[in-house]
Amino acid sequence: MIRDPIRDGLAAGWKVSDAATLDRDLALDADVAIVGTGAGGGVTAEILTAAGLDVVLIEEGALRSSSGFRMLEAEAYPQLYQESAARKTLDKAITILQGRCVGGSTTVNWTSSFRTPAPTLAYWRERFGLADLSPAALAPWFERMEERLAIREWTVPPNENNAALARGAARLGIPTGAIRRNVSGCWNIGYCGMGCPTNAKQSMLVTTIPAALSRGARLVCGARADRLVLRGGRTAQLECSALDPRGVRPAGPRVRIRARHYVLAAGAIGTPGLLLRSGAPDPHRTLGRRTFLHPTVVSAAAMPQRIDGYSGAPQTVYSDHFLEREPIDGPVGFKLEAPPVHPVLFGMTHQGFGEAHAAGMAQFARTQVLIALLRDGFHPESEGGNVGLRSDGSPVLAYPLTPFLWDGVRRALAAMAEIQFAAGATSVLPVHERARPCASWAEARAAIAELPLQPLLTRVVSAHVMGGCAMADAPARGVVDSLGRHFQLEDVSVHDGSVFPTSLGANPQLSIYALIARNATRLAERLKAGR
Amino acid sequence: MPGRRRFLKFGVAGGLLLAVAGMVRAQPGYRPAAGDDTLQALREADREVLAAIAPAILAGTGAAGPAFAAAIGSVDRAVAGLPPHLQDEVRQLLALLASWPGRRWVAGVGAPWREASVAEVSAFLERWRFSRWALLQQGYHALHDLVLAAWYARPDSWPAIGYPGPPEVG
Repeated sequence: MIRDPIRDGLAAGWKVSDAATLDRDLALDADVAIVGTGAGGGVTAEILTAAGLDVVLIEEGALRSSSGFRMLEAEAYPQLYQESAARKTLDKAITILQGRCVGGSTTVNWTSSFRTPAPTLAYWRERFGLADLSPAALAPWFERMEERLAIREWTVPPNENNAALARGAARLGIPTGAIRRNVSGCWNIGYCGMGCPTNAKQSMLVTTIPAALSRGARLVCGARADRLVLRGGRTAQLECSALDPRGVRPAGPRVRIRARHYVLAAGAIGTPGLLLRSGAPDPHRTLGRRTFLHPTVVSAAAMPQRIDGYSGAPQTVYSDHFLEREPIDGPVGFKLEAPPVHPVLFGMTHQGFGEAHAAGMAQFARTQVLIALLRDGFHPESEGGNVGLRSDGSPVLAYPLTPFLWDGVRRALAAMAEIQFAAGATSVLPVHERARPCASWAEARAAIAELPLQPLLTRVVSAHVMGGCAMADAPARGVVDSLGRHFQLEDVSVHDGSVFPTSLGANPQLSIYALIARNATRLAERLKAGR
Repeated sequence: MPGRRRFLKFGVAGGLLLAVAGMVRAQPGYRPAAGDDTLQALREADREVLAAIAPAILAGTGAAGPAFAAAIGSVDRAVAGLPPHLQDEVRQLLALLASWPGRRWVAGVGAPWREASVAEVSAFLERWRFSRWALLQQGYHALHDLVLAAWYARPDSWPAIGYPGPPEVG
C-alpha cells in the first residue's frame, strides 16, 4: 500500500473543513488569510506557520489525494482542473489548463523545474525597476526551494516522446537540455497530470500544505473567495461562498474571515478576478492587464515505432535554441518541449472529426508530439491579455492573438516539423484545422508557409498563466511592489504567478516557489514585528 | 482598449443567437425531460441533437449504437460538472440546434435530426468549422470537444488506438 499523507493527516486531526458540508455560515479569525493553495499559497502557508503565525487557507477546489488519483482523465479533469480543463480565453481560441484543487496547478503539473531565466530578470530590472531581482540575489531562494521540493537532475533515460526531441534536434545541430524535476522516488509512470498516485511528485499537496496543517493551519476547501470588503485602504474581511458538492454553484452558507493580512494566491486569472470583484483601487488601470500565457502550438508526428507518449516522465528534454536566437525584445522566441500524450487530451487537441480524426487517433501509440511555448510580453506588440468579469462575477481572460505572435507560431510549427522528420517521422501533422499530414520536411515546410494562421483554426493552448498583478517599482507600472505588497491596500499581498510583469520563457513553478519563499519570509518578519 | 472591444463584439453576436435560442425555447413541444432521471444537465431534445452529431464526429472509430448512447450520457455528466457560464453556453448551443430555425437556417440541416444522415451532419460540422463567423466556429469546437472527450474517456475506445490504460499501482 502507498501511504496517503493526506488521509494520515486528517486522521491525526488536521483542521480541514469541506465547505460543501457546512449547514450554517462560518466565521474565522486568523493572523493571515491565504486565498489559494497552489505554488504561491502553499509556500506562503509553510513559511508563515513556521514563523508561528495563525493561518487560514481558502481553496475553491476539493482536497483530493493519492488514494483517489486513479490516473483516469474522465475523473482527473473535472475533479482537479479549472472548468473541467475546458477553461478558454474569451474568444475560445486558447484552451487554458490550470489546477483547481488543494495544491493548485502543482497537483497536476508535469514537474518541469527551471530557475527564472537570467535574461528575463534582466529585462524586469531594466523595464520595471525591479532592481532587487538578480540571479545572485534570488539564488539562495532557488536553492532553498530546490532542496525543499527535491528538485534535481532526472537521471532516468527519457521516454520515447522526449528522446525523439533530443534525437531530432541533435541531428540538426540544435542543442537540447535535460529538465530538472520536483520528484522523490518517482516511478516513471507518466500520469503527473492526473494527480501523482505515488506521492513522488513534490507538489504543494504533499509538502508545504501538510507542513502548515501539521502546525495548526486551518484549511477550508470547496469555498470560493468572493470579495475583500474594503474600507479606506484596509480590508474589513474576506467573504467566501461555500460551493455545492460538485463545486459548481454556491450552496448557500457563507465563510467570512477576518485577518491582519490577506495573501492572494488564486492564480493569474483568479487573483485579478478577486481584486476586480472587490472593487480594489486601480488608479493607473494596471489591474488584470498584461496577462501572459506562453501561447503554445502543437505538432504531431507519426513515427515508425511505438512512442507510448502516455508512459514515462512526461517532460524531460527541452530546447531554448529558438529563445536564444533573437534578442529578448525582438521577434517572439519559443521554448520547445514534449507533452504527455493521453487519449482525451490528444483527442480534443487533434483537429477535425470523423474518418480523418479517427485515422489520426489510430496512430495514437506511434504519435510523437512536440509543443512550442511562445515567450510573450517582451515586445511592444506583445501586451498580453486582460482579465475581466462575466455578468456572474467569474473571471475571464481576453487574449488577442496578434500578427506578432502568429509570426512566431509559423516559425514554431516549421521548427517542430523539421525536428520530427530528423527524428525519423514518417509524417507530421501541424495541429491546425487546415493542415493535413505531410510526408516530408519539404512538403511540411511548404504547407506551413501557406497555413492561414487565425484564431479557432490554429490550435493554441496554455498551461502557464502569468501577470495581471504585475510587480513594479511604482504604482503607475504595476499592482504590487517586488515584495508582493499591494500598492494601495496595505494589508493585501499577492503571492502567485500574477506578479510576473512578463511571461518567463520557462515553466513557472520554480520561479513562483523561489520568489514567494522570499516574499513570504519578508511578510512573516513584518507581521512578527507588528508592522 | 482591445479587450473592451472584443467583449462588445462577442456580446452582440452572442446576443443574436441567444435571442433565437430564447424564442425557440418558448415554443410548444420543446420541454425539459422532466421525467427522464438519466439526464443531469441536458434535455431530451439536446440528446436527440447529440445522437445525430456523435455518429458524424465518431465516424471511423468503430463506435456503434450503444457506444454512442453511452458517450452521450458521458457528455451529459460532463456538462453537469462545468461552471454555470459554460453549462449555459452548451445548453444554448444545443437549444439552438434543436430548434427548427436553428437546425434549418443556422446549421443548414434540412431533415429532422433523427432522420439526418451522417453525410448531412458532417457537411454542417464542416461548414461551422470553417465558418467566417467566430460564433459558429466556437460552436463547432464545443461539439468537437464534448463528443471526443466523452468518447476517449471511455475504456471501450482504447483498444482501437492501442492505449492500454493506466498501469497498476499500489
